[in-house]
Amino acid sequence: MEQKIITGNQAVAHAVRLSKTQVVSAYPITPQTTVMETLAEMWAAGEYTGEYVNVESEYTALSYCIGAAYAGARAFTASSAHGLAYMHELIHWAAGARLPLVMTNANRAMGAPWCIESDQLDSLSQRDTGWIQFYCANVQEILDTVILAFRLAEEVHTPVMVCYDGFYLSHTYEAVNIPSPEVISQFLPNPRTQALFDLQTPTNHHGLVGSEAMSQLMQVRFKAMARVFDRYNLLNTQYAGITRRSYPAVEYSGPENAKTLFVTAGGMAQTIKSFFSSTEREEALVRIKMFRPFPMEDIRRYLAQSHVERIILVDRNVCMGVGGIFAQEVRAALAGLSGLPEMVELNLAGGLDLTPELLSKALLAVQEGEKMIWAVNLL
Amino acid sequence: MGGEPLMKQVFNDIPQEEYMLSGHTACPGCSAALSIRHATKALGKETVFVITACCFSIISGQLPLRTFELNVFHCPFPSAASTGSGLKRGLAAMGDTTTQVVVLAGDGGTFDIGLQGLSAAAERNEDIIFICYDNEAYMNTGMQRSSATPFGSKSATSPAPKVKENPKKDIMKIIEAHAIPYAATATVAYPKDLLAKFQKAKTIKGFRFFHILCPCPPGWGVESDQTVELSRLAVETGVFPLYEVENGEVTLNVTPQTLRPVADYLGSQRRFSTLSAEDISKIQATIDRSWQALLNRSNTAEIQEG
Ligand code: SF4
Repeated sequence: MEQKIITGNQAVAHAVRLSKTQVVSAYPITPQTTVMETLAEMWAAGEYTGEYVNVESEYTALSYCIGAAYAGARAFTASSAHGLAYMHELIHWAAGARLPLVMTNANRAMGAPWCIESDQLDSLSQRDTGWIQFYCANVQEILDTVILAFRLAEEVHTPVMVCYDGFYLSHTYEAVNIPSPEVISQFLPNPRTQALFDLQTPTNHHGLVGSEAMSQLMQVRFKAMARVFDRYNLLNTQYAGITRRSYPAVEYSGPENAKTLFVTAGGMAQTIKSFFSSTEREEALVRIKMFRPFPMEDIRRYLAQSHVERIILVDRNVCMGVGGIFAQEVRAALAGLSGLPEMVELNLAGGLDLTPELLSKALLAVQEGEKMIWAVNLL
Repeated sequence: MGGEPLMKQVFNDIPQEEYMLSGHTACPGCSAALSIRHATKALGKETVFVITACCFSIISGQLPLRTFELNVFHCPFPSAASTGSGLKRGLAAMGDTTTQVVVLAGDGGTFDIGLQGLSAAAERNEDIIFICYDNEAYMNTGMQRSSATPFGSKSATSPAPKVKENPKKDIMKIIEAHAIPYAATATVAYPKDLLAKFQKAKTIKGFRFFHILCPCPPGWGVESDQTVELSRLAVETGVFPLYEVENGEVTLNVTPQTLRPVADYLGSQRRFSTLSAEDISKIQATIDRSWQALLNRSNTAEIQEG
């Protein structure tokens, strides 16, 4: 193991290298670009030994990975915002074809107008594509999650999108433990050395089906998704055994009997935690790492407790006409339960920076009874 | 071979192996199915097809049925070249450098929605064979105009009198501009030529492109027994010359002494039924010019065909 001061994007590149990825298709987009630049440097230096292909668009970046995964190769690409949206049809296709791809997304706002700030609507708009989705809270977690993602994807035959805040994490340097290749090989099996298909047994892969077959296939995928919770917990425990780092699907931090809970995802969790420790507050934090499948049971366990009086849902995205998307999912998870706490939303759509000052002001607004607090009005 | 009957000569030259099962769902007389059947005979068993949205999405069979005695991977419409390239690169990463990856796309998946990915794959000189079977419109969705539809043609989205005003895009010129090792035209009336070209392409590394003109009975408004004849007429009138481009060198494979008038080709097709005499002379003039330009820059190698 070595410790290095690296950015979130560089952490992705290290994880891709350590995972012995066989095909990387590269196309730049802010704020993801330095993932692909770092991988290019590793490739040029002979540290990354797979195929590295410069493509002409995000559309090709993902379809290239789909082709590589058809062959049976371990493949990776990365994107952000409009790049991810441009891939949309293929994001569906990769999940339908049960390909164990891993893609990272440095979250960025969707235009118009142009905005490169860290709104999460890009990946949240891919919610229903059938990919597993994780949101990371720090640079170390990004590296570890990409490695976990390859193993998980290959075990459940479902692609994984690893998301993290653009700039706040993609470009922030943190001290990161980079596991040795030997350590990783204890956890992640080597990639295939033989094609998945056999020339002697021709098959018509992913061709036309009728509604009955389609429905059956979707049910199979639905059940595979349901297995992800247990599988992920098991892999996380195993990974923690090797690296001493653990990332539960939903993480609770703070006093056990907290009356007020903050609920959020991604790097904002770090800010909220440090806000707690600097102000000795009595609130607790529930951080959602796994967004698809959505960990309903964990959410209910932490949120639907009799001592909880108020939940503050912090989102850096907004679904027009509804509210924050994580908030929406949490509300759905709690639907039908009686005696629910009061729910308030703090919304940072557009990629606003969550600062301790902003949190203090937001808490005052909560005291005043506001239910939908737009952070931009508190600046 | 001199004294043997012509038919026998032709069949002796065509491999007996079949990689397309009979009973598939192409329209009767579909020359695209016939062309690809012959192409697979040259390509052989160590071939994987990547098929984008086109008539072959249907022809290759609704699961659990299949038409091809080869592995087929389907892919979204604009992604033919990139999915094929990724598959080839994935195989290479696992040490398999011999399996041929062959991409199959219609004119829509080549000239239009697939052009960006195709151009990029050609520029990277990806080690794949890209086949465009060109039936000159979006036939799988019911004969809508594409940029491969010729001037003056009717289609479901260019009904008379609003027939297509623009000439057909010259895809071979676009492909040539990428300086790839091999590009060829072919059509089913010349099966020996088609087979020889696929056999040659198999031995070449890098990006190889085939433009196959495929007369389509429902789309062109002709009878199902007319496709081979139209395929031959397309060559004899200079509408669709047969040639190869190898590292920039152009070889004309079939060189008629004089071109037949284009009216012979257009006349029997209902899609051209609203052409005026003036339109036809305009088309003739365009063909005369492009044929002369092709002659000027090519070597000629005449080929005997049955
Ligand atoms: S529509 Fe034309 S190209 Fe398509 S299957 Fe029928 S004849 Fe063949």
